Amino acid sequence: MLKLNINKKDYELNIDPNTPLLWVLRDIVGLVGTKYGCGIAQCGACTVHLNGEAVRSCVTTVSRAAGQKVVTIEGLSVNGDHPLQQAWLELDVSQCGYCQAGQIMSAAVLLKENKNPTDKDIDNAMEGNICRCGTYLRIHKAIQLAAEIQRKG
Amino acid sequence: MEPSKTTHSRRSFLRSSLLAGGGLMISFSWLPEAVKAANGIDAGVPGQWSELTGYIRITPDNVIRILNPNPEFGQNVMTSLPMIIAEELDADWEKIVVEMGPHDNVKLGPQFTGGSNSVRMYWKPMREAGAAARAMLLQAAAGTWSVPVEELTTKAATIFHEKSGRSATYGSFATKAAAIPVPKEIHTKAVKDFKILRKAQKNVEGSKIVTGKPLFGLDYHQEGMLIAMIQHPPAFGMKLQSFDASQALGMPGIKDVFSLKLYPEGFEQGGFDTRTFNELLVVVGKTTWEVMNARKKLVAQWQPAGDTKDTMAGRNGKREVTVPGELESTDSQLAKMEAFSKQPAQQLRKDGDPESAFRNAAQIIERTYNAPFLAHNCMEPMNFFADVTDEKALLAGPLQAPGWTEPTLSKILNLPPEKIEIRMTRMGGGFGRRAYGHYLSEAALISRKVKAPVKLIYTREDDMTYGIYRPMYTATYRAALDANKNLIAFHVKGGGIPEHAIHANRFPAGAVDNYLAEGWQIPSNITIGAFRAPRSNFNAAAEQSFLDEVAEAMGKDPIDLRLELLKRAKEKPIGEKNDYDADRYAGVLQLVREKSGWGKPENKKYHRGVAAYFCHNSYAAHVVDMVMKDGRPFVERVYSAMDCGIVINTDAATNMVEGAVTDGIGNAFYGRLSHKEGKAEQNNFHRYRMIRHSEAPDKIEVHFVQNDLDPTGLGEPPFPPVFGAVANALYKATGKRHYDQPYLNPPPKTATKPENKRPF
Repeated sequence: MLKLNINKKDYELNIDPNTPLLWVLRDIVGLVGTKYGCGIAQCGACTVHLNGEAVRSCVTTVSRAAGQKVVTIEGLSVNGDHPLQQAWLELDVSQCGYCQAGQIMSAAVLLKENKNPTDKDIDNAMEGNICRCGTYLRIHKAIQLAAEIQRKG
Repeated sequence: MEPSKTTHSRRSFLRSSLLAGGGLMISFSWLPEAVKAANGIDAGVPGQWSELTGYIRITPDNVIRILNPNPEFGQNVMTSLPMIIAEELDADWEKIVVEMGPHDNVKLGPQFTGGSNSVRMYWKPMREAGAAARAMLLQAAAGTWSVPVEELTTKAATIFHEKSGRSATYGSFATKAAAIPVPKEIHTKAVKDFKILRKAQKNVEGSKIVTGKPLFGLDYHQEGMLIAMIQHPPAFGMKLQSFDASQALGMPGIKDVFSLKLYPEGFEQGGFDTRTFNELLVVVGKTTWEVMNARKKLVAQWQPAGDTKDTMAGRNGKREVTVPGELESTDSQLAKMEAFSKQPAQQLRKDGDPESAFRNAAQIIERTYNAPFLAHNCMEPMNFFADVTDEKALLAGPLQAPGWTEPTLSKILNLPPEKIEIRMTRMGGGFGRRAYGHYLSEAALISRKVKAPVKLIYTREDDMTYGIYRPMYTATYRAALDANKNLIAFHVKGGGIPEHAIHANRFPAGAVDNYLAEGWQIPSNITIGAFRAPRSNFNAAAEQSFLDEVAEAMGKDPIDLRLELLKRAKEKPIGEKNDYDADRYAGVLQLVREKSGWGKPENKKYHRGVAAYFCHNSYAAHVVDMVMKDGRPFVERVYSAMDCGIVINTDAATNMVEGAVTDGIGNAFYGRLSHKEGKAEQNNFHRYRMIRHSEAPDKIEVHFVQNDLDPTGLGEPPFPPVFGAVANALYKATGKRHYDQPYLNPPPKTATKPENKRPF
């Protein structure tokens, strides 16, 4: 039996400990905001927070997440109003939208650790998140806007 | 545009009806011939489309619901199409409830996302549906208040009678309006009076996206649903020989393992029934991870399929085509293309006497361009949910054109169309890939076989190695200059696997006295499909690079040369079927020249490349500003000019162009799907290079030509010329012309480099 804490809620799951966290979230827990894109940590669509760090849930076994705090896009904010979510809506970033949860989760760790990220900081933090629609420019601007919203409190 | 007084033709009709519980429902119906005539759509449109209908529902408490008919894959139709209705209705956009419509080609029209056609196709019917509803509500109010209808005005879903100071919501007249006959004449708004359109309106699903709500096919869930995966042959040209499922069946959570034949023998395939492998292995189990693990335990033997036959449905009856069995490699494909390029080809267009012109030329410029197969790489891999019994079928997932797959389902499931329900989820990208519904048909057959609801999931590897790629293309361009460096002849001979990309009637056809376009193609077992701006995405790279080189040889500025040719095409066009409007083409070039400060000294630090193209009814021009960064070319800025007529949603349109530019740079620099002995050499993002954050431009400035022309699409048109502009900037940055895509990731072997000696 594995104990998980996902979005501040406790779960006890009887599951193969090698199962990637991604599929536990999606198939077992029913949190589908975390997306499958590549399965080999190359696209970032599955990014979640494990004890505040951005991890690719497609290659993170559920046993590694056991007893730790997992946060998914559904738990990033209570009312969907994290500065990044506000900024994403303000700049209407999304096209197809599929990769955006992963983009936001990667950006959230950056903003937590770096209140005033430079262009280079943003590039470095976001390099692992692919967007085929090509919304990178807006994502970049949205992260800057979110940093501003965050600084203003 | 003047206030339009639209008399709908005898073939179109509007219907209104009372909603259960009161309220008005207005539908606009339009018979299929009228749809086709109005939209100029011909090829690839199945004949079974019926009526076109846009829905507006208004409840007595003034809730207005608009159904979006067309599948959403990121082009923002779920917002832009309802905006059109809301505008004519004079509703309060912020209070409109938008819902994705069901698949119903009778009530909701063609319902296909592709060809940059959504807005163009629905523009007129949606305007008329909104305007008719407004007129009926006004009439209901006039009757109730006993005032002339002319004295009434509307604003934000409310009707006002200024003289008497009365006002009431649309909702309060909705039930009464439903009993009023639909007006014979419909007055749509003057463009200058638009309040909702031509402004920035936010994506109606934006907040669901950023909070991770279930929206996509892969998120679709039904209680008791099983997960299925396929195992397709490891290479194009291979097929299943035998398999042993015993180990896989013994794995936890596994329900069934079997082989599945998609189409029966002799099945007549329509244009969008493309499938690479007709027989697949299928693993069905409880969870995705269990199925993935069990699939690894499959023991399968594969064998060369040899030459096979497909039966294709066609307008002139069915025909058999041979699919060659060769296990192809990129090297052999390039060699084959080179050999074919020297053979006589099909003449596609000829003006004047190109043979003599080339014979008498003072200078001939000849260049050959190559481009590889490309995988779509939609971020959401192919998947579909199916719950199929002997009586009915429910399907849900990402699909660009349900109406193109439903007839196929009907045949292979032996169910009448009315027993098949297809629900369209939001798509995690499409780019043409999801017009081909084989994965939906596979899901349906799997569900019926296991007698349970099933979600079929392709892994990234399944998705990338399955095929339905952008074809592999080549084209040789030749230009003849006279002693005064005038362009006297132009020749393009293009080919590809398995099709060529040549649009014979496009620019510069019409602008050159002596012109020849030819095409040839090589059959292959590697399947292809529409990929964001099909064919144009190659032509705009090759032709626009070539024109840059021709301009250089002529000693002209590349924009000036294009404008001169366009002037010629307008004033004294050669030939009759020139497929572009020279003024609009020139318009985007002039706009991008102005906005980018083309030729201004302050931009000297940039290696600048320009290109323009017309496809899918809209015009695009880009100036790409490249710098060398850490020894690598980097596109720092891009200026874009677009002409797509009226811009429906300004910020979303800008986003679409920014995305197309970024996607274009990525594919031009890195995009490549190669083969070795039939096997795709790239199977995931560690091998298939996609553009990433740090490689996207720092600035993309998008400008739209302001006019009141009926709107055309934006999903595709800005994409193709990015390739040409990037190639031309690369030349400035590196001093070297780039003829082979991808520009920064060259294929192992390239076709022969240009020589200027070949006799005509």
